[in-house]
Amino acid sequence: MRTVSAAETAPTTYPWAVHAEGLRVRAGRHLAVDGLDLTLDTGVHGLLGPNGAGKTTLMRALATVLKPAGGKLTLLGESVDARADLRRVRRGLGYLPQQFGFYPRFTVREFVEYMAWLKEMPKAAVPGATQRAIERVGLAAKADARMKTLSGGMLRRAGIAQAIVNDPAVLLLDEPTVGLDPEQRLDFRELLRDVGVDTCVLVSTHLVEDVVAACTDVVLVNEGRLVYQGTPDDLVTQGGDNFPGDSPAERGYSALLRRHRTEGGR
Amino acid sequence: MTTHLSPAVIARYADRDAALDEVTVWSIEVHLEDCPDCRALVAGATTDDTRALLARISAVVDAGIATGPAPAPRRSRAAIPNRWMVWHLLPWLTMTVAVLSCAVLLQALEPTMPSLVALLAPVAPLPGVAIAWSRRADPAWELIAGTPAAGLAMLLRRTAAVLAVVVPALALASTRTGFSLALTLLPCLAFTAGTIAAGSFVGVRLAALVLGGGWALAVAVPALLTAELPVILQPGSSLPWALLTLLLAAVAALQSDSFRRLSSHN
Repeated sequence: MRTVSAAETAPTTYPWAVHAEGLRVRAGRHLAVDGLDLTLDTGVHGLLGPNGAGKTTLMRALATVLKPAGGKLTLLGESVDARADLRRVRRGLGYLPQQFGFYPRFTVREFVEYMAWLKEMPKAAVPGATQRAIERVGLAAKADARMKTLSGGMLRRAGIAQAIVNDPAVLLLDEPTVGLDPEQRLDFRELLRDVGVDTCVLVSTHLVEDVVAACTDVVLVNEGRLVYQGTPDDLVTQGGDNFPGDSPAERGYSALLRRHRTEGGR
Repeated sequence: MTTHLSPAVIARYADRDAALDEVTVWSIEVHLEDCPDCRALVAGATTDDTRALLARISAVVDAGIATGPAPAPRRSRAAIPNRWMVWHLLPWLTMTVAVLSCAVLLQALEPTMPSLVALLAPVAPLPGVAIAWSRRADPAWELIAGTPAAGLAMLLRRTAAVLAVVVPALALASTRTGFSLALTLLPCLAFTAGTIAAGSFVGVRLAALVLGGGWALAVAVPALLTAELPVILQPGSSLPWALLTLLLAAVAALQSDSFRRLSSHN
């Protein structure tokens, strides 16, 4: 239980939590995100796309880790350009990288507390928020175990805990379900639905069924561009029986990608 | 604070059969939240049944607290070393201290050589500073780079941790070999500030490499070959070193924005 402050219930002054216009981001020399237009508001958005589509680079740019090479990117109503002061935006961000390193000597609690401190949370709120985040991902029994003793799925959940510890307004999760067993994936979907009520969540994944089950919105990218944005039900209707895939949603996914590739090839 | 409640109002509030309009109930409860005296009056005005129920509840809750797990101890003190010390710096700091001790030892064996400690002093903190802000060395760089605390303040904090080890080691080494303390520490600080200032343009790692390599080639190697102390380390040159330190520190402070993101050359 915690008290909801007036600032949390105040209406926002921006139309979209995430707004990208013609966004271009480099990964090394290669332009991995090339002219992407994207608007996201509250809800759970599933980011789908083949390998090398620019998903991770897009995530990094949204997390303000990478500098955009061009275009406009607005997060929580504030422009995130080369010279912008990112402090205020970053306080409202939660980010789980695809491969995240950690300090093996830290316990889970120390790790999440350290991240909460880096996110400049008020000192008095840190222990409570840490405990709450650890409980939400179901790691309470392992809270005082060292990070190096955790299994891959537990590490992933510790990573999710540090991402949600500051109750972010924009939560970016890059392949969070890797290494989770089927039961944990169900719990994770539950957590996503719960967080997505008042937060803009962007989940990058390869599992189409995760997206259909837990997301309110599907974003499909290919070769650094937006291919499709719509509801999971709409994705299902895109496919026909003659497209590869074991579920209607997978058939819809491959239908959209093929259509985009043939259009691009012309 | 509102005025205290009259006993009649309290009696009506405590009596479950008395009808009180909502506005009155609200104003009573707002007052009760802040006023322990009136709360005691309310408790006294309830029926015996209610008091017995409350006593039973409090006994059960007390028993639950007594038999349940003990509250976690306060650990705020344990978090401080984690904030200041960066554990992946330890091997580099150990190496720096070991090299300095070797220099002192060589000096004792070969007193005719130019002061090795003085020649090493400017480059002693550079490996630590380069490692402190490097995506290759910090396992959690991607998590940290997206937090509001990332930036010049964080680099300075880590640099301070490096200097806290290097400066006492240098001071000890210089008193052992009898070389001027000011001419040992000032070049060390000047090179640290110079690395951060240049690092804002080309990346801290490259700046440390160039400055360290430049010092070794232009000053240290010629000094060892000619067996003479270079002009810039002769007595009387401490004022220029102090001014240079201040100038470079000012440049670094002006460039603080460029440390907001870990750029590709870090």
